[in-house]
Amino acid sequence: MKGTAVRLGDDINTDQIIAGRYLRTTDKSVWAEHAFEDLDPNLSSRLKGSVIVAGKNMGCGSSREQAAVALKEAGVVAVVAESFARIFFRNAVNRGIPLFEVPGGCTCSDGDEVRISLEGSWVEINGERYRALRLSDKMMEIIDAGGIIELRRKGI
Amino acid sequence: MSTLSERILRGEAGSFVDVPVDRALSHDGTGVQALTAFREMGLSRIARPDRTSVVYDHIVPANNSVTADLQADLRRFAVSNGVHFCDIGEGICHQVMSEGVVIPGEVVVGADSHTCTMGAFGAFATGVGASDMASIWATGETWFKVPETINIRLEGKLPEYVEAKDIALRYVGLLGAGGATYKAIEFTGDNSLEMDDRLTISNMSVESGAKAGLFYADDVTCRYLRGHGRDAVPQKAEDCSYVREETIRLDDLEPLLAVPHKVDDVRPVSDFEGTPLDQVFVGTCTNGRYGDLKRFADIVKGKKVRVRTVVVPASRAVLLRAIETGVLRDIVESGAVVGNPGCGPCLGAHQGVLGEDEIGLSTANRNFKNRMGVGAKYYLSSPTTAAFSALKGEIASPEDFP
Repeated sequence: MKGTAVRLGDDINTDQIIAGRYLRTTDKSVWAEHAFEDLDPNLSSRLKGSVIVAGKNMGCGSSREQAAVALKEAGVVAVVAESFARIFFRNAVNRGIPLFEVPGGCTCSDGDEVRISLEGSWVEINGERYRALRLSDKMMEIIDAGGIIELRRKGI
Repeated sequence: MSTLSERILRGEAGSFVDVPVDRALSHDGTGVQALTAFREMGLSRIARPDRTSVVYDHIVPANNSVTADLQADLRRFAVSNGVHFCDIGEGICHQVMSEGVVIPGEVVVGADSHTCTMGAFGAFATGVGASDMASIWATGETWFKVPETINIRLEGKLPEYVEAKDIALRYVGLLGAGGATYKAIEFTGDNSLEMDDRLTISNMSVESGAKAGLFYADDVTCRYLRGHGRDAVPQKAEDCSYVREETIRLDDLEPLLAVPHKVDDVRPVSDFEGTPLDQVFVGTCTNGRYGDLKRFADIVKGKKVRVRTVVVPASRAVLLRAIETGVLRDIVESGAVVGNPGCGPCLGAHQGVLGEDEIGLSTANRNFKNRMGVGAKYYLSSPTTAAFSALKGEIASPEDFP
């Protein structure tokens, strides 16, 4: 799999991913439309087919799962980060979004092509291959199913 | 020998465990999303309604018809499933849980990041998202990676006008916003912190990225819980290995602020004296308890606040006690506005959102950019600092009041 890099910094919080004023709905398209609005109003238009490449503590703050849903609905292929805040990490897994934690981070700029392999636990940018921490079998099972909802629907 | 998290989760740090959830908590915000996920799973009945709580606190009473419709749907679902349901006005979910629902040693999972507050009782308490909550509704269980633990020893006695919030800000500044990610924090040490103090300290552990922030249950815990009709036994600490150890000398602390827009950008109040304020807010799951309101009231009593001030009690029990003791009268007479029990403006939805370029001082736990008002700035402080600042209309220290 591959996508176009959207480069973000450290400590991106879930209020920045989707602001509190858009939470009170069950219409997922609202979250995709307003994703990252307070960080950069033009960012949401670049999310389709993107791989987000963030720094440390990606997705910190509020437990709002709308943050993960917003990224999925907007067409984000995967999220790479130097480290993740744990609730966002679980939410993204539960929504079937492939995650890559690369200790030490990646050298990457906006628009770079990012190749990823969940099975191989690696990320490749500009010919440089970075090793990602391997997800647990349980997390892989959830992502493979497309998320926890799909898994439960199958009665697992 | 094990850390408290290892003992409660019955596994070594680094291992994965499946655990029954003793208390599954959600609110009007995340509960709506959990219900959507639950229905998408093809389910309608909660496996363990006796261990499930739904507390309405985030936008209560509903602010518009969209919110009202979502709340009505979740209310019908919660009531028909026979869960522990608290409608508007009972209080903030974490405060309600602290008033005799959660006891030491339990596994508490909440669809809210500040579920870590219940670590104050020696429970393993952590936040998850909405579909994790739906999954717990389905099975009564969840999975965890057992965390490694950071030990923070709190030693000594706090100086006058310095309080639990200053301890919380101090350790969040020390660890950084991601400094405890994937880890638990155990707070130990020789100190005289009461339950309300511990709740404030555990509450902010997620601001350092921690999965949980625990105190060992002791006589203070048991006495508090007896007052809320629950029996509990103390937990003995064992020799165990920590990944990091820090000591905070309480005697050396001074009043602190988290300055815009990072929770871990922590500075002395004295460095920001004179910063003009447009609003002061006292409340939230961090600092909306009776003791917080009382300290605020004792300082503003008989005087007038010089900036618009919003005070929101954390629960109905807190509000009632504040009425009975006259604390509420002191607050209202000072010129402050009192809101109904709940989260108030903390998440930027209602009851005191700031305007563009306005500056607020809040006793909450997050000062993220735009959170409590687009284009606004927020400083975080203790209720005591909030009181002195409200009286001056600008950020102020106790020293400004001879």
